[in-house]
Amino acid sequence: MLRYTLKRLLSLAVSLAIASLVIFAVIEVAPGDPASFMLGINAQPDTLAALKAELGLDVPKWQRYVSWVSGMLVGDFGTSYQYRTPVSEMVADRLWVSLPLALYALALSTLIAFPAGIFAAAQRGAPGDVAVMGATQLGVAIPNFWFAMMLVLVFAINLRWFSSGGFPGWENGFWGGMQALTLPAVALALPQAAILARVMRSALLDVLGEDYMRTARAKGLTSRQALWRHGVRNALIPVLTIIGLQFAFLMAGGIIIEQVFFLPGLGRLIFQSISARDLIVVESVTMLLVFAVIIVNFTVDLAYAAVDPRLRSRT
Amino acid sequence: MSRNLWIGAALSSLIALAAIVSFIWTPFDHVAMNIPNKLQTPNTTNWLGTDQFGRDIFSAIMVGARTSIAVAFVAVGIGIGLGVPLGLWAAANKGGWTDEIIMRGNDLIFAFPSLVIAILITAILGAGAVNAIIAIGIFNIPVFARVTRGGALPLWEREFIMAARVAGKDRARISAEHILPNIANLLIVQATIQFSLGILAEAALSYVGLGAQPPTPSWGRMLADAQTLVSLAPHLALIPGCAIILTVLGLNLLGDGLRDRLDPRLRVQRT
Amino acid sequence: MTLLSVRNLSLDIHSASILHNVSLDIAPGQIVAVTGESGSGKSMTAFSVMGLLPKGARPSGEVQLDGTDLLTLSERQMCALRGNDIGMVFQEPMTALNPVQTIGSQVAETVRIHTGASRTDALATAGETLARVGLPPGRFPLSRFPHELSGGQRQRVVIAMAIALRPRLLIADEPTTALDVTTQAQILDLLQDLARDDGMGLLMITHDLAVVADMADRIIVMRRGEIVEQGETKALLANMQHPYTRMLFAASSHQVDLPDAPSDTALLDVRNVTRDYRLPRTRLFQPPGHFRAVDDVSFQIHRGERVGLVGESGCGKSTLTRAILGLEPTQAGTITLDGAHVYADGRPNLDVRRKMQVVFQDPFGSFNPRHRVARLITEPFHLIADAPIGRARDAVVADMLEAVGLSLGDAQKYPHEFSGGQRQRIAIARALIIRPELIVFDEAVSALDVSVRAQILDLLADLCRQYDLTWLFISHDLSVVRTITDRVLVMQSGRIVEQGETEAVFTAPQHAYTESLIAAAPVLPDLDPAIGAAAT
Repeated sequence: MLRYTLKRLLSLAVSLAIASLVIFAVIEVAPGDPASFMLGINAQPDTLAALKAELGLDVPKWQRYVSWVSGMLVGDFGTSYQYRTPVSEMVADRLWVSLPLALYALALSTLIAFPAGIFAAAQRGAPGDVAVMGATQLGVAIPNFWFAMMLVLVFAINLRWFSSGGFPGWENGFWGGMQALTLPAVALALPQAAILARVMRSALLDVLGEDYMRTARAKGLTSRQALWRHGVRNALIPVLTIIGLQFAFLMAGGIIIEQVFFLPGLGRLIFQSISARDLIVVESVTMLLVFAVIIVNFTVDLAYAAVDPRLRSRT
Repeated sequence: MSRNLWIGAALSSLIALAAIVSFIWTPFDHVAMNIPNKLQTPNTTNWLGTDQFGRDIFSAIMVGARTSIAVAFVAVGIGIGLGVPLGLWAAANKGGWTDEIIMRGNDLIFAFPSLVIAILITAILGAGAVNAIIAIGIFNIPVFARVTRGGALPLWEREFIMAARVAGKDRARISAEHILPNIANLLIVQATIQFSLGILAEAALSYVGLGAQPPTPSWGRMLADAQTLVSLAPHLALIPGCAIILTVLGLNLLGDGLRDRLDPRLRVQRT
Repeated sequence: MTLLSVRNLSLDIHSASILHNVSLDIAPGQIVAVTGESGSGKSMTAFSVMGLLPKGARPSGEVQLDGTDLLTLSERQMCALRGNDIGMVFQEPMTALNPVQTIGSQVAETVRIHTGASRTDALATAGETLARVGLPPGRFPLSRFPHELSGGQRQRVVIAMAIALRPRLLIADEPTTALDVTTQAQILDLLQDLARDDGMGLLMITHDLAVVADMADRIIVMRRGEIVEQGETKALLANMQHPYTRMLFAASSHQVDLPDAPSDTALLDVRNVTRDYRLPRTRLFQPPGHFRAVDDVSFQIHRGERVGLVGESGCGKSTLTRAILGLEPTQAGTITLDGAHVYADGRPNLDVRRKMQVVFQDPFGSFNPRHRVARLITEPFHLIADAPIGRARDAVVADMLEAVGLSLGDAQKYPHEFSGGQRQRIAIARALIIRPELIVFDEAVSALDVSVRAQILDLLADLCRQYDLTWLFISHDLSVVRTITDRVLVMQSGRIVEQGETEAVFTAPQHAYTESLIAAAPVLPDLDPAIGAAAT
C-alpha cells in the first residue's frame, strides 16, 4: 500500500511539472506584451523598459519559468501586473467561492446519481428503469448554463426563493453563502448527476452478470441482498473514475456558471485577467485548477486501492 | 430498442436538414432588424417570435445550426484523424515506450479542465469559430486515442490476430486490416457522443463570447443576448436552449441506438 | 429413500424448449452424475433445482426435496433453502468469488444469513469449514483475498461456502473443468469424501466421461434436453442401451491410426531456449525481477514426425509455442527450421514462417468475424510470392475445403454461420493451404465436444496420410496426445522433464512428474470392443 501510494505520488509530481511547462509555454506564445498593453500605444521606450524591469519581464524566459515555479512551491504566485497585488491573495478570495461550489455540486450530483443508478439497475427493464433512463437522457443533453438561466427565471425572478446572483461572502454567515451557491450548484450538478447515474447503472449491470453474483444467490442471498452486499462495492470502481473526471468538469463548468450568477470566483478572475493581459494571474489560476484536478485524481487512485484489494498487493 | 435509433436519427436529420436548407432559404433574413416588431412571441408570421431587434428567431436558429454542426463536426474530425492512429499505434506496441508516451500524454490532457484550456486557447488566439474548433478538437484526440487503444487491446489477444501474424503480416497491416474494421462500431458510437459534447462545448464558448463572432449566429450567443431579457421575454432563452437540447438528445439517442444495433455480441445472439 | 426426486421436469425459456420430461432421483450419500455434450441441458437441470434460472424461464413438473416441491416455493422460501439445504459449486473458480471480500467473510456470509450467528461465531464456523476443505486457517488466514489463491484453492473456498451449513444436497456444475488434472483429482476426492462423510447427496454435472465413470454411483446421459439413458454406473458401463451413450463413450476413448513416421532427418531444432519475462518492480529503485517461463529447453522434431507437448497451465507451453512460431524473441538458445532461424535480426523470419502454420484452440476467436471463409483461409498466401490468383485461387480454396470435409459453397459464408467443429476444420484448411512443413496444434481440440473431437482427430489422421504432415500437438489432455502423436514431451515449470516414444512414456513414465500426471488423469474403464467400433 505504501509502495502504491509512493508510486502515485511520483506520477503526481511528474504530471504537475509537465503541466506547468505546458501552461507557461502556451501563455508565452500569446500575442500581446503586458507592459505595452498597460502603457498604451504611445508609451515611451524608456518607461516601457522600466515597467518591464519592474514586472520582471526583462529576464530570459527560462528564468521567469524557474522563478514562477519555485515561487509557487512556497505559495508565492507572483504579483499581478494589473493590480500590483500578490496573486496569491487575489486567488485565495476567489478560491473560497469556486472550490465550495465545485464540492457542493459534486456532493449533490453523487447524492442524486447513486440512488437513481442503483434503483434503475435493480429495476432493469421495468417502468422505473425506463423513467430514470429517460430523465438522465434528457439531463445529459441540457447545457448547464442554460439550465442555470432557467433556474434563475423560476426560483429567483418568479418565486423569489433565492437571489438571482452575487455572493454575500462567507464572513456574513455560512447559510447566506450556501444559499447563494445553491442555484449554481444545482445547475452544475444535475447534468453531471445524469451522467453519473448512467455510469452507476451500467457498472452495476456489468457486475450483476458476474459469476460471483450467482455464487451469492446460491448461498441464499435474495437478489436485493446480493446487489447491496456484492454488487455496489464492485461497481464503485468504474464509478470512482467518473467522479474524478467530473471534478474537472465541475471546476471548468463553474467558470461558465459563475458568469451566469455573477459569482466572484476563479472564472470571473480568469476572464478579467485575460482581457487585461494580466498573464501571471492567468498562468497561476490555470495552474491551480490543473493542480486541483490532479490532486483529485490522486485521491481517486488511493480510493481505488481502498475499494479493490487486488491493487493493494500489486506493484 | 430500435426506437432510440429512429427517434435519434429523426431528430438529428431534422437539425441537419434545417442547417442545409438555411443556405438557400430562411423565412426571413436572419440579420435584418425590424425594431417595431421586436420581442414578438411565436406567431404565424414569425414562427418562433423575434428578438430585441425584431430579428426572426426561427431563421437565426436555422443558421445557428450550421455553426454548431460545423464546429462539432470538424472537432470530431480532428479527434478521429489524430486520435485513432495514435490509439492503434499504442495498442500495436503495447508496453513499449511509444505506448507509454502516448498514454501519459493522454492522461495529462485529461488532467486539464477542458473548458479552461479552451477558454485559454480562444483567449490567446482570439475568439472565433476556427479557434473554438481547435480548442474542442484537441480534447477529442485523447478520447479517441483511448477508445481506440481500449478496443484494440483485447483484439490483439484474439487468436485471429495471432493467425494473421503467423501469416506474416506486420503490425501496421494488421491494424488496418483486422483491428480497425472490428472497432469501427466503437468509434462510430464514440463519434456521436463527441459530436453532441462538441455542440454543448461550442454553445458554452459562444455563450461566454469566445465562439463564432457576430454576425455569424450561434445558439450560445443567442442565449447570452437573451440573459438580461429573460424575465421580460423568456422565449428568447427557451428556444435556443431547446434547439441545443433536441440536437444533443437526438445525437445521444442515435449513439445509443447504434451501439445496440452494432454491438457484435448482440448480433451473434440475433443470428 | 430419496433425497431429491425430479419428476417430468420441463423447461421453456421464452419460446425455446430447453428441457423435456427430465426425471431423476438422488439418495442421501449418493453421487449422481449428469453428463452430455454442450446444449444437452445438463447445467439447466442443475439451475432448475436451485431455482436460479434466467429471466423468462418457465419450469414445469416436480422437483421434490425431501417431499417439498421446490417449484411451488416462493422466492423467499427458496432463498432460505439455498445455501442451507442445497449448496452449489460452479465451473469457474477464478470468477466465482467476490474479488473485494476476504475468503473468511464470504464463507461466513452463508452462515450469517441463514443462522443469524454473530460475526465472530460465523467466522469461527468459516474457519472450521475451510479447514475441512483443505485450507486450514493456520496456513490460509481468513483475511486472504481471492486473488491471493490459486484456482484449485479458490474452488475449495467455493466448496466451503456451499457446505458450511452441511446441506443435504450439493450440486457441482463442471467443478473441475477449469482446473489442471492434478488439482482436478484432489477436488474430486474432496467432493467424494464430503458426500460420503456427511451423507450428502451429490449432483455432479460434467462433460468428462472419465470423471463420471470414476466417481459416480449413478450415471444420467442427456442429449438435447432429454435423458437418453440412466442407470447404476457399473451396470450402465457394462450394458449401454442407447446408441448415443455408446457413441459418447466410444468417442471419448477414440483412437486414430497414424501412418508410420517415415524419416529421421531433423526439421525443427530447438536448442537451449530460454525465455524470461520482466516482473513488475517490487521495490522502486531495484532492478525488476524476471520470471523464467521457458528454461533451457532443447528438442528436435523430425520430418514426418508427430510430437506432443503436455503440461499443466503455467508450465510454459504457450510461451514455447510463441517462440517456435517466431512471434516473440528468446533470451538465449536457437530455434531453427530446416536450418534457418525462425527469428532473426530482431524480427520474425518470413522465409521460415511460410513453412510453419498453426491451429488454435478457440474456434470462436480464431477468425476475423468480418471476413468470409475464402478470404480467411487464404490469409497465409500473404507469405508466398507467387500466390495463385483468380480462378487458380478459387480452385485451391475449393480443394482445401473439400480436403477438410467442407463444401465449396462454404467459401462465401461468414465464420459465425458454422459450428465449433466446422470452424476448427476451417482453421485446419487455413493452416494447410500453403502446404507448410510443420503445423502447430495449440490445444486445437480442447474446446470441442467429444463426438466432434473424435471426428477432427480422424480428419487429422486422414490429412496426415494425404499430405505427409509433421506436427507439434500441444494439449493438456493426455488421452488425445496419446493417440495422435509418435513422441511426447512433458513440460513442468519451464523445463522439459521427460521426452520419449509416446507409448513408452505413458506405460512406463520415468520422471515423477509424468507419473503423477498420468496417475491423476481419470481414465475410462475398458469398454466392450464392439462399442469402440460404433464410434466411426
